Amino acid sequence: MKLQIPVNAPAKPNDYTAYPDASGRFGDYGGRYVPETLMPLVHDLDAAYTAAKNDPAFQAELRSFLTHYVGRPSPLYYAERLTQHYGGPKIYLKREELNHTGSHKINNCMGQILLAMRMGKTRIIAETGAGQHGVATATVCARFGLPCVVYMGAVDVERQKPNVFRMNLLGAQVEAVTAGSATLKDAMNEALRDWVTNVHDTYYLIGTAAGMHPYPAMVRDFQAVIGNEVKQQTLELEGRLPDAVVACVGGGSNAIGLFHPFLNDEGVQLIGVEAAGEGMETGRHAAAINGGRPGVLHGNMTYLLQDDEGQITEAHSISAGLDYPGIGPEHSWLHDVGRAKYLTCTDQEALDAFKLLAELEGILPAIESSHALARLPEICKEVGKDGIVVLNLSGRGDKDVQTVADHLGRQI
Amino acid sequence: MTKSRIEARFAQLKAENRAAFVAYVMAGDPDYATGLEILQGLPAAGADLIEVGFPFSDPMAEGPPIQRAAQRALANGQTLKKTLAMVAEFRKADQTTPIIMMGYANPLVHHGYDAFARDAAAAGVDGVICVDIPPEEADPLADALDASELSLIRLATPTSDDKRLPVVIRRTSGFVYYVSVAGVTGVKEADAAAVAPNVERIRAASGLPVAVGFGIKTPERAAEIARVADAAVVGSALVEEVATGLAMNESVTARVLSKVESLAKAVRSARVESLTV
Repeated sequence: MKLQIPVNAPAKPNDYTAYPDASGRFGDYGGRYVPETLMPLVHDLDAAYTAAKNDPAFQAELRSFLTHYVGRPSPLYYAERLTQHYGGPKIYLKREELNHTGSHKINNCMGQILLAMRMGKTRIIAETGAGQHGVATATVCARFGLPCVVYMGAVDVERQKPNVFRMNLLGAQVEAVTAGSATLKDAMNEALRDWVTNVHDTYYLIGTAAGMHPYPAMVRDFQAVIGNEVKQQTLELEGRLPDAVVACVGGGSNAIGLFHPFLNDEGVQLIGVEAAGEGMETGRHAAAINGGRPGVLHGNMTYLLQDDEGQITEAHSISAGLDYPGIGPEHSWLHDVGRAKYLTCTDQEALDAFKLLAELEGILPAIESSHALARLPEICKEVGKDGIVVLNLSGRGDKDVQTVADHLGRQI
Repeated sequence: MTKSRIEARFAQLKAENRAAFVAYVMAGDPDYATGLEILQGLPAAGADLIEVGFPFSDPMAEGPPIQRAAQRALANGQTLKKTLAMVAEFRKADQTTPIIMMGYANPLVHHGYDAFARDAAAAGVDGVICVDIPPEEADPLADALDASELSLIRLATPTSDDKRLPVVIRRTSGFVYYVSVAGVTGVKEADAAAVAPNVERIRAASGLPVAVGFGIKTPERAAEIARVADAAVVGSALVEEVATGLAMNESVTARVLSKVESLAKAVRSARVESLTV
């Protein structure tokens, strides 16, 4: 009988890019754990995405919008003063925060909105944590004239007010979700309930590389533009591939987009950084791999924060975008097979890294991306002086100014 | 395999030419003792089959009433093991009323499918409905349930077209649960005229009785459904009685059982009335 809970250390595959399999599995992770009402639509979506992926016209249209609307390619910037600060290796920042709407989220939204229209869907729903995905979704809905409802936990609505207003300005309806912990997981529950109810005309634009197949693979593919550009840019600038690529991980879309094109380049270390919140030892964190166990939530088998009875526990992070008790299934698999490494970073470490980048490079990073920045000391040490590290600056920090001020005890 | 309690109950009701009334309650709502008292009172109040919900923190197909019921139960310490203990306690006095456990995958994944199936069979459970395990993911659970001679009951929905239906009913036994509305529990109302042809279609394809739920709140609606289906399921309206009882400081058990009586009465007389109209 098939194993119900994945065990650690399965065999390494010959070709990492051959996953997921036809049933949406990355090893034991992934799958399609959704109510029956949604299953026919999930199959339709899978077929529609596969067709779009292989259609040169779709890809050309997407490329055109990424170039002229999103502003791609995003620069790969040599962070000279940050490099000097750590004494080498060379640190490059992938400037996803310069994209239209200020984060990597728009890459996926552009792909999915074109797919939704191709499928004839007339209404878009989304979940959001920090509001970055909500803003990106509201943006593409405005651009293509589709009505948009964004589900957002009431706690997040409170801590990300500027993004809520931004979504409203873009014409989206923001629904504050008060159920459960009133954060991202509850927003996702509510979006799924909407989808089950409005299954005929509604497209669910999931913002991270998690959920039921085909979302983890599809979101990854749309975000892989990050890693593909990084590959090309480091070859142009340095004549070789980086030694390590680093990204923060909540659901994990910016990380998997960066990692995926490098999966078969075994010389490139893949490093994800999870949110340790108030500290792993306190239990108040959002680190699904480092502090969770495999289970089923939101359509997929993956690492989850949960209690001994299989009830999902609340995630805790200063960063609304990382405040989720799960992680995309491909990350769970890459962890188990040992291809990627997952570190952690506390709220305080992220705040310190936020300030450091602002002072050294004149860039306010998103508090999410600051988690990746915070692990640079250890990563630099491991890579060594002559190495090359690429860090994904997945979003800009303007939205976090209030949060940072609160933690510094400053009035603004 | 001897005739299951589910098969025996549907055979008996067919002989009586009436539909079953199926009561859904959330195990441990609002607490273990009251939940057990409600469970034990259901057959006498008119429940022909019982669905026992096992609570999950993130029930993605439930509307607010059942979400809140799950939260009440979890807040008072309900677990999967306690739910099984509750069924075992119920079985001491009732050997005939079928018990179907209904819930979400993760608590079962954690208990382990094989261990769960063995423990459920030992407790006197007859079947299992797992909302977020569609046929594509169900084989490991179905294997475990088969080994313990428990029924896996599948949900057919308004999106189960002729292409999808054979997939849905594969490896299902006992009965098929038809979700009468596209949506979550306890929000939209079922339309008996729209439900009837789908019940016929599912019955013909599966050769099994068809229960209808997700949209029945009143005795009138329950009677309409009972004229066209083999069973009418009511859940949200019952757990709302728990909420109301708590809010008004009245006996929760009395409120729930009284609601069950009125719904069961409507189901029992539905076909008789329709003949005399």
